[in-house]
Amino acid sequence: MDKAKKSTITAQVVIVGGGIIGTAVARELSRYELDVLLIEAEAEVGWGTTKANSGIVHGGFHEEPGTLKAKYCFSGNQMYPKLCEELDVCFEQNGIMMVARTPHEMETVRLYYKRGKERGVNVQLFSQEEVARQEPNLDPKIVGALFAPEGGAVMPFELAAALMENAIQNGVKYKMNTTVIDAWREGDKKYLETPEQIIRADYVVNAAGLFSDDLARMFGDDYFSIRPRKGEEYIFDLSVKDFVKSTIFPVPGKISKGILVIPTAAGNLMMGPTGDNVEEKEDLGTSQDGFNRVFEGAKRLVPSLDARKIIAQFAGVRAASDRGDFIVELSPNVPGLLHLAGIESPGLTAAPAIAADVPGLLEEAGLQLEEKQSFNPRRAGVVRFNSLSREEQDALVKKNPSFGRIICRCESITEGEIVDAIHRGARTLDGIKFRVRAGAGRCQGGFCQPLITQILSRELDIPVTAVTKAGPGSEQVRYVAKELYDEEVR
Amino acid sequence: MKKVHVDVAVIGGGPAGLAAALAARSEGAEKVLIIERNTELGGILQQCIHHGFGLHRFKEELTGPEYAQRFVNLVKDTDIDVLLETMVLEVTPERKIYAVNSENGMLEITAKAVVLAMGCRERTRGALRIPGGRPAGVYSAGTAQRYVNIDGYLPGKRAVILGSGDIGLIMARRFTLEGAKVEAVVEVLPYAAGLTRNVVQCLEDFDIPLYLQSTVIEIHGTKRVEGVTIAQVDADWNPIPGTERKIECDTLLLSVGLVPENELSSQAGVAIDSITNGPIVDDSMMTSVSGIFACGNVLHVHDLVDNVSKESERAGRYAGRFALGTNNSVPRRVKVQAGNNIRYVVPHEVSSTEPVEFFMRVQRPEDDVVLDVGGLRRIRKASVRPSEMLDVKITPEQLQNLEGDTLIMQIIPQKEA
Repeated sequence: MDKAKKSTITAQVVIVGGGIIGTAVARELSRYELDVLLIEAEAEVGWGTTKANSGIVHGGFHEEPGTLKAKYCFSGNQMYPKLCEELDVCFEQNGIMMVARTPHEMETVRLYYKRGKERGVNVQLFSQEEVARQEPNLDPKIVGALFAPEGGAVMPFELAAALMENAIQNGVKYKMNTTVIDAWREGDKKYLETPEQIIRADYVVNAAGLFSDDLARMFGDDYFSIRPRKGEEYIFDLSVKDFVKSTIFPVPGKISKGILVIPTAAGNLMMGPTGDNVEEKEDLGTSQDGFNRVFEGAKRLVPSLDARKIIAQFAGVRAASDRGDFIVELSPNVPGLLHLAGIESPGLTAAPAIAADVPGLLEEAGLQLEEKQSFNPRRAGVVRFNSLSREEQDALVKKNPSFGRIICRCESITEGEIVDAIHRGARTLDGIKFRVRAGAGRCQGGFCQPLITQILSRELDIPVTAVTKAGPGSEQVRYVAKELYDEEVR
Repeated sequence: MKKVHVDVAVIGGGPAGLAAALAARSEGAEKVLIIERNTELGGILQQCIHHGFGLHRFKEELTGPEYAQRFVNLVKDTDIDVLLETMVLEVTPERKIYAVNSENGMLEITAKAVVLAMGCRERTRGALRIPGGRPAGVYSAGTAQRYVNIDGYLPGKRAVILGSGDIGLIMARRFTLEGAKVEAVVEVLPYAAGLTRNVVQCLEDFDIPLYLQSTVIEIHGTKRVEGVTIAQVDADWNPIPGTERKIECDTLLLSVGLVPENELSSQAGVAIDSITNGPIVDDSMMTSVSGIFACGNVLHVHDLVDNVSKESERAGRYAGRFALGTNNSVPRRVKVQAGNNIRYVVPHEVSSTEPVEFFMRVQRPEDDVVLDVGGLRRIRKASVRPSEMLDVKITPEQLQNLEGDTLIMQIIPQKEA
């Protein structure tokens, strides 16, 4: 569509990008009397880099002193318990362990210990025996470790969805499946062009993740670049649930924190990620080579890992920048444009802390802040059938029979939970999987996908052939049976 | 919470559960209950609308639903209780079952004997770790079968099928009949994994190419499958560089094996055989937990439903006796071992009160061989195939001739025998 023919809508603040940063900012800004609009290119929030995040809430001892990473990681970590409680999001504070395989590595571990101590992080040093006692499945050759009990794990997409849900509850508007194709400034106003519309904003928060440099350039800011770095992760069956208690780190290399063994908040064990610079920002393929490196790395920590227990794998691309640190700053060239870019690890941990600074930064740029009296920090509680006692399950079904129909047999997810997820904003099979885990188990949706396809069709009142895995173009079933009879296909 | 007491509780209302329940009831167990998660009995047979079922049992070719219906009708003629749309969440070693449905809420079912008949699931892309993107359009063959045969939708119109298991072969034909084009069936083994008759009737009759010793090494596409790269593999299944070939398609079906669903069994403390992925059982089909029996695809994956029915009747009969307390319990005597070119044998242990039927699979195809049953019986076989389950009977009298307490099943070349 021609620019001139597009209608213009306005918003005081437009957040570009619904990843963990954008959604955290949306929720933070919903504390104030503001007209906020979040736009997201994907069908649902949390689907870019966020969904492939390892889900670790870092301890805060890793980062170089003096960096924004260090500042926001530590304070973000401290915000997690309250945030997750308010949003009813699973937060497993199961701790983080960095292990040393040699006395030489132990020296490095001690440096991180010192760094953590200076920063106020709760860290402890473990002897070989203490490691073996707490984590009996680790390689017995490990000589010692650093333990940070306040580290933990969340499900990143669950958190992003919860942040968005709470932001919407508090008045934030949103548009999904909306990409920015052009952006410019006219006087005080910023303009964002999408395929359908033009959005006029007083303030723009650039939380576009992998594409944050592209957005910056549209506005003429050419002073940072995103260097996409891919990570592959491999998930194990729930039957190896309690193999390790805490997230296990090796002594980190120069660029990344290394290959980890991660007990996820969902209970599954996971190993990864790789860290490979890639050309394509959307290169989400996994590879045999990636697997080999991950498995080798993970086995150095937990030698008895069994590859036959792997049920799924995925890859994500980190939005690392050429600065090597987070970019959290107002544009030097465009008044009212705030860049939140280069948010690689520990971005998930840092997100609430970065978001908390955003109102102040926008105020600095001239935004008037008035607290909203009606702001409600709490998201309506989520029913998790399989975490209830048998008596509670019984009572729940008697109140609402749809909780008595198990749709996902591997994870015991009920129709009631799936319908609730749809009412909370899930629009796709992946959206349901990420929110309630239906289809995330060992059969990977083999049994429940057809059932969820039907439920989505019914609840959204769309044809079954319009139900997608992950937004337009990813329809789950393309044709009604016999439809192809008359079509020339050979 | 509603509490129920039964003699025999059968978990699963597919062919195994139906046959087991009927046998338990005829044995004299009075209160027999089938717990089924689906909206109807019959299990996976309800989506297997092709014919070819029942040749052994009924001497005629039935469709899956027809085969199931024969058993469903028999159940209807009895006072066997059936709970539909009911999911079992837990089985305890004391044979308490927790199940939920929307009508009753949570049920606590105490059973004198339990028959596990939950069937199996399909191996997934994730378990195979096929590299590449993760677009829509990748389905296990059984899931696609459900979409087409039960729900009435066709997933896509150009398909590649990885794995030549029976469901994959059946779906190659099914997709073709629906007007889709099946570009290739790709099999990592040097021979087809499914039954010969399915290779002929589903691929050869429709000119669908079967590429042996090949596999899918990459899936292309971000939103929807746009194609796959296949390559030939060496003896260790590693792709051979230079043999890669891209095939355009919008659908990839996986027919790469079935895995018995034993999460409930493990929870109940039932010991699992790492080869079959099913419970270890004796010749009464009892597992390592007293009073818990297993049969059908939850025990080991069958290729013919006729065998499932036969095996499950045995499980049901013994479960009935166990519930009635009329099981003449004989200490387990003989361990059964898989010898040369035998991958597994079920049951794993036998006593000698009744004739026993053993089911087994070979590891690799072989021609002109003898199946040696612990030296007690020797049966000539023109050929043996991993895809075709072998069965053999032993009488208590024959078993008495066994020296020692291990019965070794093995395949011997005819010239050596």
